[in-house]
Amino acid sequence: MNIRSILSSRWAVLGGFALGAILLMGVAPAVLSDFRLGLLGKYLCFAMVAVGIGLAWGRGGMLVLGQGVFFGLGAYLMAMHLKLADAPASTGVPDFMALISSDGVPWWWEPFRSGAVTLIAIVVIPAVVAIVLGLATFHRRVRGAYFAILSQALAAAFAIWLIGNPRSTGGSTGLNNFKGFFGFSLRDPANRLMLYLIAAGALLAMIAIARQLMVSRYGELLVACRDAEERVRFLGYNPATIKTAAYTVAAVMAGIAGALFVPIVGIISPNDVGIVPSIGLLIGVAIGGRTTLLGPVLGAIAVAWAETSLSEQFPSGWTYLQGLLFMLVVAFLPGGLASLAPTLRDWRKHRRSDTAAGQPGVAAVPEGSA
Amino acid sequence: MNTGFNRDYLQISDLRVSFDGFVAVDGVDLVVLPGDLRFLIGPNGAGKTTLIDAVSGLVPATGSVQWAGTELLGRKVHRIARLGVGRTFQTATVFENLTVLQNLDIAAGAGRGVRTLLRKRSQVPESVTEVLATVGLTELADAQAGTLSHGQKQWLEIGMLLVQNAKLLMLDEPVAGMSAEEKDETGELLQRIAADDRTVICVEHDMDFMRAFAASVTVLHAGKVLAEGSVADVQADPRVQEVYLGPGAHTAAEVEAVMGEAH
Repeated sequence: MNIRSILSSRWAVLGGFALGAILLMGVAPAVLSDFRLGLLGKYLCFAMVAVGIGLAWGRGGMLVLGQGVFFGLGAYLMAMHLKLADAPASTGVPDFMALISSDGVPWWWEPFRSGAVTLIAIVVIPAVVAIVLGLATFHRRVRGAYFAILSQALAAAFAIWLIGNPRSTGGSTGLNNFKGFFGFSLRDPANRLMLYLIAAGALLAMIAIARQLMVSRYGELLVACRDAEERVRFLGYNPATIKTAAYTVAAVMAGIAGALFVPIVGIISPNDVGIVPSIGLLIGVAIGGRTTLLGPVLGAIAVAWAETSLSEQFPSGWTYLQGLLFMLVVAFLPGGLASLAPTLRDWRKHRRSDTAAGQPGVAAVPEGSA
Repeated sequence: MNTGFNRDYLQISDLRVSFDGFVAVDGVDLVVLPGDLRFLIGPNGAGKTTLIDAVSGLVPATGSVQWAGTELLGRKVHRIARLGVGRTFQTATVFENLTVLQNLDIAAGAGRGVRTLLRKRSQVPESVTEVLATVGLTELADAQAGTLSHGQKQWLEIGMLLVQNAKLLMLDEPVAGMSAEEKDETGELLQRIAADDRTVICVEHDMDFMRAFAASVTVLHAGKVLAEGSVADVQADPRVQEVYLGPGAHTAAEVEAVMGEAH
């Protein structure tokens, strides 16, 4: 590779990011109503989770069916802080707790009165959970469907625990009715715009991180692990460490997404963190194209957008359509919509050479195999 | 060949591997010195592949496997690999979605730190460039490994062992499915590798290939060492003839037909 091509590819990447920033941070706020911008902010949060899923699943081959757990950890941590900050200064007890009982605030809520502790915890707690879980499972060579089931079970357990502890978690209603965000009123449209811009910036930063990980030597190693884990072992690497690292990055991204989701949407409940939303996040990634950088982002945004607009008209139809879409993609386009163009190109080339040479199969041999 | 000090050599003593009561390797003693190109032959089920599985840490075993003075048994696969022990498999396993260059770069990088790993590869490591030439894949460096022919994949695998800087190379049927020319090239490559003071062990069924390139041969049968020595020694051994041809006396022509011409 010569210097010119390195430079041009670098300019192309920078240009792409600049375009993304202009669209998300300039055009979208200008053309969308406050309500629609809030919805887009919510979709961007899902897109952040999707970036992580693309890394862990698309590149690392880990079928992460329980990202709702990390999303939920980030979200509930943020929600706890916001509820504590909103609580009347006289008692320091959030409204929903005061309604249910007079026991006061549980001891494990106390540290999150501090904004700094909360922000650190939003990154550290999902990371620690992912590291412990990743090392424990990948060292034991739990993978494939077993890992998927395990991560899904964790999402179910988390949701059930939240519902079972209404006094400290708000139960199935969850936590809602937030008034302020680190001293800024959430009723003020300017502050809501600020939150949206933070979400857009966070998403762009995560895409940049994912891109760096994909083009780095680590990214190549991760793909090698996905395709032939045993072979990687015989080269002197420990695949458990390599996979845990990607899983942890995905978990932190989901945690930050959850933390931004809370002030943007104004509610977090077990319905947002259990099995169904975890799978919903994955479907967007699959449809968009899990092995690509932007496929998961666009897929997640498109699926979330379709869900909102379709369920406005057909409240029960969406779930069926989502399932159908997922089946179609898995059966006919395993690479997702991102692979549509290359697949069509191959297909057309195949057809053209078929008619020209009258020899089916010749064109199916990949280039350079002779 | 000498056993002087500080030489990295492989010493296997009383190695036993059993699966649910079936004894696949039954008390094997084996010493292989650097510079040797040792062929492991024997009928199907003799325990050849299981033996290298045990040395590379893939299956649990009892006894002792000493490599350069270090006990290998009980260590994890990736730890053994880091001690300079590399292997290939019967079916070539390369990273099909990565290029030849990326395959070799990964093989060269087990000792890389986090900072190097998180950066893009800015230049091709010297060892990778050298090995690309050694295994004859320089022109295919940017080809996807999945598009290589069977023989090229085996060469890539051998190249991966070389950039990994394995001093003990264990190859499982490296020439299966290759053309005669490819076999010759592979054999010459293995001889060059062994001459570079590495220890090469080659599990093989192809008797012509063995006869042409083996420096020494160990015959395994039913998990035990049946015979050991030069190609001629082993071919002349009546016990080896019995295993390959059945009991009783055999004419020179019969032996030649199965085991090749004695030199």
